[in-house]
Amino acid sequence: MLPHGGRLVDRLVPEEDRPRLKEEAGELAAAPVSDELRKDFECIAYGAFSPLTGPLGRGDYLSVLEKGRLQDGLPWTFPIVLDLSEEAASGIGEGDEVALTQGGEPFGVLRVEDKYALDKKAHAMSVFKTLDEAHPGVAKTWEMGPILLGGDIEIFDETPGMFPRYRLKPKETRFLFKEMGWKTVAGFQTRNAPHVGHEYVQKTALAFVDGLFINPLIGRKKAGDFRDEVIIDAYEALIRHYYLRNSATLVTLEMEMRYAGPREAIFHAIVRKNFGCTHFVVGRDHAGVGDYYGPFEAQEKFTEFPDLGIAPLFFRNFFYCRRCGGVENDKVCPHGPEDHINFSGTQMRGLLMKGERPSREMMRPEVVDAILRHPEPFVR
Amino acid sequence: MVDKGSNKVSIGIPGDLYRKIEEKIEGTSFSSVEEYVVMKLESEFPSEPVYTKEEEELIKERLRKLGYIE
Repeated sequence: MLPHGGRLVDRLVPEEDRPRLKEEAGELAAAPVSDELRKDFECIAYGAFSPLTGPLGRGDYLSVLEKGRLQDGLPWTFPIVLDLSEEAASGIGEGDEVALTQGGEPFGVLRVEDKYALDKKAHAMSVFKTLDEAHPGVAKTWEMGPILLGGDIEIFDETPGMFPRYRLKPKETRFLFKEMGWKTVAGFQTRNAPHVGHEYVQKTALAFVDGLFINPLIGRKKAGDFRDEVIIDAYEALIRHYYLRNSATLVTLEMEMRYAGPREAIFHAIVRKNFGCTHFVVGRDHAGVGDYYGPFEAQEKFTEFPDLGIAPLFFRNFFYCRRCGGVENDKVCPHGPEDHINFSGTQMRGLLMKGERPSREMMRPEVVDAILRHPEPFVR
Repeated sequence: MVDKGSNKVSIGIPGDLYRKIEEKIEGTSFSSVEEYVVMKLESEFPSEPVYTKEEEELIKERLRKLGYIE
């Protein structure tokens, strides 16, 4: 599977050049960035966001908002941008080199090719399809600085990652898939500890492909979400007890959720294509929040991108059917809702919060054990 | 028929199918029906990633240390 755009981007400075570049960056104007943006820049540097080589310039940015494609026509649905305050951007011009900094410390350099204004309303409306401030992506857009910088980056200081044991770069996952003998791989995006419904989806996907790439997003979470370490432990338990050896692998992805629904689903698929996946699982309300998007709007979005280069695997509603005696979905089960028990994440979290165990039809006992081993499984 | 210069082979597809693909790729990043057909076939026969010997050793060692391979 070729990376998106044909080649895996590498914007990491070789080890031997890092001290010199870091020193030189100390002399440059600074562009301070958030934790989340630094993670995005690392994704660019590792090639997870190939073909991007830095935050979007004006032409690509406008093209992404309007068409969900870069200027050259390649699908790209979520705009990766560097926003700055008027003050921070005041001394920076096109053609300059600026230091990307966090806490005053430079970790990379941006060659500024474009400096342009952010139209927050147009941005929010195109990306999130709403201007409602209750939408977390819209709320974040209002907090963005009014000036955007675009250009190529180079990163000379990598963060160790929150879970170094599970952090692999696309170059490494591609090698891993080859070592495993996997020619076809389904990427599974998650931000939850797995219940039996998730397992059903993953195993159905596994019926069609050689391997499963479980790729939880690690990073900022909202109150009530599973803690990252709990998600990892829960998946370790599931893989150990319920998956064939060498059929599934767990790798974290340090990247924030944007809740952009259909646009984010395409973006998630592109990122997994760069990791080497040939298929990508798209469930109900993928990357959605509240009721801003239709339950299958993300799946429908894929019809606009026949040139995506990764095959989506669509899943509809799934539930435990008492009469069938197993996990089913609305495409195959003839029984009515009175026989169905839905996999309600909210309900399962409610039980676990009280230290109670969801039934084994809902969640594997080993997974429950792994969760309850943590005194505080949820973000406060 | 093989074009030795470009190492490309010509094959025929039904005209109706060709026109359907033309319609499907309109407004996408495909510049020709051929590009679309090649992408579809490449997904059936994925290309293997290429690594230098040194890269291969480094990645293998790291994957082993992390427990991904034995």
